[in-house]
Amino acid sequence: MAKDYIIDIQHLSKSFGDKKVLDDINFYIRRGEFITLLGPSGCGKTTLLRQIAGFIAPDEGKILLEGKDISGIPPYERPLNTVFQRYALFPHLDVYDNIAFGLKLQKVPPKEIEVRVKKMLKMVSMTDYEDRSVDSLSGGQQQRVAIARALVNYPKVLLLDEPLAALDLKMRKDMQLELKEIHRKMGITFIYVTHDQEEALTLSDTIVVMNEGKIQQIGTPMDIYNEPVNCFVADFIGESNILKGRMIRDRRVAFIKHEFDCVDEGFGEDVPVDVVVRPEDIYFTKDPAKCQFKATVNSCIFKGVHYEMWVDTDTGYELMIQDYDPYEVGTEVMLYIDPDDIQVMHKERTRNVLEATVVDSNHVSMLGAEWECEVPEDASAGDVFTAEIPFEKVDLLDHQEDGKLSGEVHFLLYKGDHYHLTILTDEGDRLWVDTNDIWDKGDLVGIDIPPEGIKLIRK
Amino acid sequence: MKANKLFAQLYLWALLLLMYAPIVIIAIFSFTEAKVLGNWTGFSLNLYKNLFSGSVHSSLFSAIKNTLSIGILSALFSTALGSIAAVGIYNLRGFKKRAVVFMNDIPMLNPDIITGIALFLLFVAAGLTQGYLTVLLAHISFCTPYVVLSVMPKLKQMNPNVYEAALDLGAKPHQALLRVILPQIRPGMISGFILSFTLSIDDFAVTLFTKGNQGLETLSTFIYADARKGGLTPELRPLMTVVFLVVLALLVIINFRTLKTKQQ
Repeated sequence: MAKDYIIDIQHLSKSFGDKKVLDDINFYIRRGEFITLLGPSGCGKTTLLRQIAGFIAPDEGKILLEGKDISGIPPYERPLNTVFQRYALFPHLDVYDNIAFGLKLQKVPPKEIEVRVKKMLKMVSMTDYEDRSVDSLSGGQQQRVAIARALVNYPKVLLLDEPLAALDLKMRKDMQLELKEIHRKMGITFIYVTHDQEEALTLSDTIVVMNEGKIQQIGTPMDIYNEPVNCFVADFIGESNILKGRMIRDRRVAFIKHEFDCVDEGFGEDVPVDVVVRPEDIYFTKDPAKCQFKATVNSCIFKGVHYEMWVDTDTGYELMIQDYDPYEVGTEVMLYIDPDDIQVMHKERTRNVLEATVVDSNHVSMLGAEWECEVPEDASAGDVFTAEIPFEKVDLLDHQEDGKLSGEVHFLLYKGDHYHLTILTDEGDRLWVDTNDIWDKGDLVGIDIPPEGIKLIRK
Repeated sequence: MKANKLFAQLYLWALLLLMYAPIVIIAIFSFTEAKVLGNWTGFSLNLYKNLFSGSVHSSLFSAIKNTLSIGILSALFSTALGSIAAVGIYNLRGFKKRAVVFMNDIPMLNPDIITGIALFLLFVAAGLTQGYLTVLLAHISFCTPYVVLSVMPKLKQMNPNVYEAALDLGAKPHQALLRVILPQIRPGMISGFILSFTLSIDDFAVTLFTKGNQGLETLSTFIYADARKGGLTPELRPLMTVVFLVVLALLVIINFRTLKTKQQ
């Protein structure tokens, strides 16, 4: 089966200093596929692309191209070509010589070079520009030349590093369609890096969602959008209501203090889960028989194609709804959600689990600090316990110096009635916190945990 | 308001006059035959004729020859060395880069006399016979940092991905350097060459300490010796005028080049 894979990446890892940029990356790419590496800046997607191109050597792992490991081969011997984010055209050469650069190095006969360059110029709609200097071209035109310069060598795989990031919105949309068309015509495998989820959904056959050096989910755009596997993917791709829920039994889930039919099975009975409902999947109804819950509209904004409304449910949760028809603020509305549109996800964690070392009869040391808590009587100093801390028991303080630890808000999710935050401590540990207070990403906070919040469990 | 402006103008002209007066005086007196500078014995081009017809003594001629050949050779070598160094420095990161850039700056700020004595001691310690070679080596060593300084900005302006783009398109590292990096830093290399050439012609202190006692003279050391022997040879007046004009022309070229790249 492996024959179908043009690229197969196995256990790839890379660190820059102490920072692990890529952590055991595994995936394969089918021949002719348009695959997108998608993630926020700093997620490792560009590092991964540069390793495939050969500009960075991996610390561990293999990159197989048609079954052969290429991780030790220099970039100039890899049959791959790259389109760079800022084009990287050669300013001292004109358009023709830029595109012919690779062919001249390969000592292709001049006649053939001319034929191939002209063909490429036509493909990117730049015929008649061959004698122009590249500095006289617009951003969009430079990018076309960069694409032609890479494709003229007929690479086995074309790597594109955020190629449209520097263009304005309108131009970007046009170029997306053109790229898709070029991909279809050439039949070459494209690996595309972007942080723009809409671009990824538009262009790709397959999307690889990455965060913090790890692959979060691999799937078709439809899969990724409709069935995100975790809160990060649900939040990063499109708008979503992410809510705390409980799986009652197969095909029955409770959230926002109501019960709903769903299509998910195999989670077990009475299991805590996360639930994602897209804002366009909550419907208004006038029929009391269809109504699953009631809510009051508290804001309504026109967004062009649709209206975006925030409603307060009768049980005290806030939900986002997108609909073509507006409802006035203050209106009481009846709502329902189709079983198909409820996406149930395993909870990644239900509490903080840390390692704690006993210091004395009522203190433990963990996260690089000492904490007061109830220590079992039979424990002696030096014993190592597992400490469990519920999300809501961690206190966040405005001033870093007021807390026992200090840290930074790293990631946050609104869950309908509270925020779920990921806090990165100064020592690099992670704590997850549920809070009703409003924080922003990057806020510096003090961290405190009251004695009753720490529960020690013998290992 | 008007008075202020007038004063500013006067000040500027007075300053320029003060700065250029010595050269202007030499230039004026190069058009008369008087043996002593300051005596005007009527307009004459004879000094220029003597200078170019070769009727001045041969030691002046060999000094001119040495000056020019050392100038060109040291400019060539330091341009090559400095450009390679600049590429190396450009690829360094963080502390190492700052340290090397700092070390590159010191020789430029160092007084010539110190550089001269230091090189003199080095050559003695190395057992090199002082002469043409040591002067050339000394000139290369003090010109190279200036080449680094004029090539670095060109590298910084370059899109950092172009080298990778060349590798990506199949160029081996040396091909990428020659076909992509070199064309882009060429203006900086030419500026560096011209600068090195003028610095070399101009140098006195370092040359004096490294020329040894085998009778090697460059223009600057010859003039110095000549002046001490009892008055300047009159033919030096037109020579200095010519040298000044040549250096002026080179500086104008350098400035036009920087202006042109800024406009781009």
